[in-house]
Amino acid sequence: MTQVPSIAEEQASTPLSSAKSTTLRIARFNPEHDDERKFMEFTVPYEKWTTVLEAILEVKKHFDHSVAVRYSCRQATCGSCGMMINGKPRLACFTKISELDSDVVTVEPMNNFPIIRDLAVKFERLFDTHHKIKPYLIRDDSEITSNEKEFLQTPEEVEQYIQFSNCIKCGLCNSACPTMATDSSFVGPQALAQAYRYVADSRDKGKDTRLKIIDDSHGIWRCHFAGSCSQVCPKGVDPAMGIQFLRGYLLGFRS
Amino acid sequence: MEPQDENKEGIGGMINPRRYGIERVAYLLMRLSGLGLLAYFIGHIYETSSILKGQVGWNEFLAMTQTNEGHAILAIVIAMCVFHTVNGIRVMLGHGGVGVGKPARPDYPYDPASQNIKHKIGIYSAIVLAAIAMMYGLAVMYGE
Amino acid sequence: MVNKMRESLIMKIHYGTALGAVALVAVHILMRLTQNFAESLEYANVIANYQFLPYAGMLEIILILLSIHGFNGLRVILLELKQGKTYEKAVSYGCVAAMIGLIAYGSRTIIMVNMGMI
Repeated sequence: MTQVPSIAEEQASTPLSSAKSTTLRIARFNPEHDDERKFMEFTVPYEKWTTVLEAILEVKKHFDHSVAVRYSCRQATCGSCGMMINGKPRLACFTKISELDSDVVTVEPMNNFPIIRDLAVKFERLFDTHHKIKPYLIRDDSEITSNEKEFLQTPEEVEQYIQFSNCIKCGLCNSACPTMATDSSFVGPQALAQAYRYVADSRDKGKDTRLKIIDDSHGIWRCHFAGSCSQVCPKGVDPAMGIQFLRGYLLGFRS
Repeated sequence: MEPQDENKEGIGGMINPRRYGIERVAYLLMRLSGLGLLAYFIGHIYETSSILKGQVGWNEFLAMTQTNEGHAILAIVIAMCVFHTVNGIRVMLGHGGVGVGKPARPDYPYDPASQNIKHKIGIYSAIVLAAIAMMYGLAVMYGE
Repeated sequence: MVNKMRESLIMKIHYGTALGAVALVAVHILMRLTQNFAESLEYANVIANYQFLPYAGMLEIILILLSIHGFNGLRVILLELKQGKTYEKAVSYGCVAAMIGLIAYGSRTIIMVNMGMI
């Protein structure tokens, strides 16, 4: 009978050629039976290329499989693994331990999102605010019913909105936003950037509808251009740019 | 059913400028200077109404404000006023889409065009001008 | 009335009052530098300023512009700190009331001194 190696004897997945290790502090909180957040520390080996997500999965594999974390693509495409890493919202799969320049890596659930457990958070509010701004092309005809084969756009027209369409709904911007920190009714930088994505799309005819939605006491006017959303966006969406351009429509700078 | 805790950062998140660069610092200073200036404005309107009490009332007001503490407060007010004004103009231009860059296909390392050198210079200028104005104000107040 | 005003109109007023106040407050401060600073604050000089109608008019405009700008800013900060229908209505109306109160109190000073009623 083959002896199953114990956790203590089993080797780490990461080759220990450089033998560097870091302390990974993971926030643990189960709202069903915990009153407050606790931190558990694990010593994890890492290489130059090891990401925070890999370190967390190493902990799950060898130390505590009950750590709740959401992840999927591991390549900054799906937006699942957003979390606070050393106090700043980042994607765990896109953040290398070596670039954090710290002996201790603290991971916590994203701010401004209700916690499911440990590092996994609820995204309902982000989905609701995103849905509120009507994230689809609004026009009377469609490519099926119109006489044209398709709605053509020049490369210049595409350039106006393409960066905002890169949004992966990771929620890091909403987590970083100072208004989201206190205002439960604020639409959020993600939704506002997506509102601009559609307003800037030459195929869309719903500009006035969307402007009316965001012209609210908890809409676009509660953005104060702190720019933290753009600082943390992992895909270069630059929500702050989109929001200021969108504001230009309401102020009369753009038509 | 109890409403779930939204895990909001709260005021601590609003007032913590450490993690996100000078733009976040400017946001915080804008709020603080705005509140400070409002408080000063209310006090100023109240105190200058002492002129209705005639020369005696006005001199009492001057005796209270032409002190070291009064001058220090006024110097801080000057700094807040200049910062709030200069940064406010920068923010208003930003709100109109001025100096926030142009949309383009993002490419690694995905640096945000809106967090550019123009706005950073605007913020640092506001801070420097506020400091200069404060020093000038102190020179005027103490220079006589 | 406050709740029916579109937020975009309120913010346009906020920006407009800011720009107006910048220009006029600069004049107000520079007036203190036309003479020796301490001298400019002497009772007789201040009375002379108030009784010069264009200057009194400018002070009145500054009072209105800054009251609107300041209390609207406070309203924005308070609305972001807590939400709820009752709270938001209370904050909005409270700020408008404070605005009107401060304008009334300051105007009383300007008008009475300008008309020599001291």
